[in-house]
Amino acid sequence: MKIALPIVFVAVTTALMVLALSGAGPARGTVGIAGGWAMYGLTPKASTPQQALTNLLVDVQRRNWDRAFRALSKTSAVDQQGFIEDWMGSNGSLRSFSALEDFDPRPLHMTDDQADMRVYIHWSTPVGPIQDVRDIQLVREGDVWRAVWPKFQPPTVPAEVIPVTYLRWDLVTGSAEDQWGSKNVDAPHVRIISMNAVNTAEGAVVMGEVVNEDTIPAFVNVNATLVDGSGNAIDDESSFDKIDHVLLPKQVTPYRIDFPDIDLSRVKNVRMDVKAALVPASADPVIGVMDQKLDTDAQGKAVLHGDLLNESGQTVNISHVIASFYDNSGKVVWVSDGYVDRALLPQSSEPFAVEIPKSLSGEVHNFHVVVNQYSLGRS
Amino acid sequence: MRMRCCLVHSVAALGLLVGCVAQEVRVPHSVVADEDASISTSGTGKATFYLVGPGISRRSDVNLGHEINLAGEELQHAGEYFALLCSSDCQSASFFVVAAKPSSLTFLVHPSRVPVAQGDGVSGVALPFDQFQNFVLAPEFVNFQLTAKNGSLWSRSVPTKEGVAWFRTASGRSAGALQVRASLNDVSTLRAVEQVASDPCHLRITGQRNAKGILLQTEPIHDCAGNPVPDGTIVTFTASAGNGKSTVDAPIKQGVARAEIIAPGAVTISAASGVVMGNELRIGGR
Repeated sequence: MKIALPIVFVAVTTALMVLALSGAGPARGTVGIAGGWAMYGLTPKASTPQQALTNLLVDVQRRNWDRAFRALSKTSAVDQQGFIEDWMGSNGSLRSFSALEDFDPRPLHMTDDQADMRVYIHWSTPVGPIQDVRDIQLVREGDVWRAVWPKFQPPTVPAEVIPVTYLRWDLVTGSAEDQWGSKNVDAPHVRIISMNAVNTAEGAVVMGEVVNEDTIPAFVNVNATLVDGSGNAIDDESSFDKIDHVLLPKQVTPYRIDFPDIDLSRVKNVRMDVKAALVPASADPVIGVMDQKLDTDAQGKAVLHGDLLNESGQTVNISHVIASFYDNSGKVVWVSDGYVDRALLPQSSEPFAVEIPKSLSGEVHNFHVVVNQYSLGRS
Repeated sequence: MRMRCCLVHSVAALGLLVGCVAQEVRVPHSVVADEDASISTSGTGKATFYLVGPGISRRSDVNLGHEINLAGEELQHAGEYFALLCSSDCQSASFFVVAAKPSSLTFLVHPSRVPVAQGDGVSGVALPFDQFQNFVLAPEFVNFQLTAKNGSLWSRSVPTKEGVAWFRTASGRSAGALQVRASLNDVSTLRAVEQVASDPCHLRITGQRNAKGILLQTEPIHDCAGNPVPDGTIVTFTASAGNGKSTVDAPIKQGVARAEIIAPGAVTISAASGVVMGNELRIGGR
């Protein structure tokens, strides 16, 4: 009995280890590892394009850059530094604060020596999960498959001096000794200029646009309360990050408020509340939105894409694009947003794309894009 | 109020316990705050006098048939006072202390910023108080005066109603500080309202190609009264070509807004600020 019990424990432990190693693949995952294998040295041979891509992405996920770079095809045009920057980002961009959480490779096209794969990459970022899609070409070299990585050209900017007319608003708070009523500064005057409520598969959505009608910047937030037929509040939500919170004078921003799992048929009334506060702000940087087009992407999704052009002399670390879409009567029918994961260097541009629900893409007649920006070390 | 009544009743009950002689108490109808006053009594013998009012509660022994003097410092708070005199039984009377002459004006002006030439755009409320912070309810005339950089805009003498005087008027036509003064006798309070430019008027843009794209610029932007629109106001430039468009939200700086748009082909360019649209430009391809 004294010997039997340890033997049973050892046998069960060994069985569980074998079971875990044979079963833990990228599809099922291991706690703490989104894809790949729990133990080093057990990487399966890249005998298929899918296996090769999975091996590569597991190394990228673990930031095992030497091994990931060695696994690339010799025909790749990228150097190791460029490869790392392609995955890790630079200049305080959103990508540089993100982690590769999971991936889902799928074959697109394959011959004996060449394959095209599409991989859906799930990033975990400070602004929430972001999904990215990349098409990757792989070639067979001997008995293994290797990814052919294109040349990564990080944006470079020439040395130049850009004159800036500095424009900024600061707030001075009155001292407590001031006589009552003598130093009041009114909150900025903002107005909701449009509102529309629609039903989606995920729930009810309230959206529209807000304008700052004042001559000073405003920090704006929009709240909505859904009210049922008997006057009771069903739910209340705020626009959270689906709005450009800091509005300069006469600036218009779209807003969108999501009510997950709520059917609009239960809603009798929507109570809107826009709150505006004084805020220190800067008029720079100016970001242009170039070449905006409604299109269909490689996955067949309706998107609005274009390029963001940083017209100032400062680096914009994280850009957030918010777009409102109008039907032919000028009514806002949808609001989409998306983050650009590359930094916007001075005088340089980066592409962006935001999705439109397929059911609405036929209705869209016009659109308006605003860009919210975050720059490290600046308010 | 309930607390004060309780106090009076308690004091009355206390008075009933004391041996008393018939007496009468006569109070003045109204007393001005901080002024001395007297209460006359009738009867003979000793009595206990209680004075209960806003900010005061005191007891003293008095001789009936003599006047009871109240010092001005006991009557600095406006409101209703109760005088209670107890000997064989208790007699009470109440009187009011009213505010003294105004020594300060609380003056609220709204808003702190107002677009020029806006009807009923500026309003103000003045409330007079005496030196003891008593609200002056007696009718007084408050003189309101609005002065902009180019002189007096508006002036009016308004009587207070239940202690409150107010006005409402249009803003001036020039941007800048608007001084709003409320005065009552030798008391005066000053507030400032910032008059700001209204919506842009006649927004005009020019553009020319350079090595990078098209450099766009507005002419100096003014409102319809000729005031320069404040720097920081957003002007949206839109370049439309085929099925695509490019937009830039550019702030006005030093009176004009500038933006650069990358468009190699022929484009139609427009500008807007708030609800105001500018002219359209057609620029040919490179």
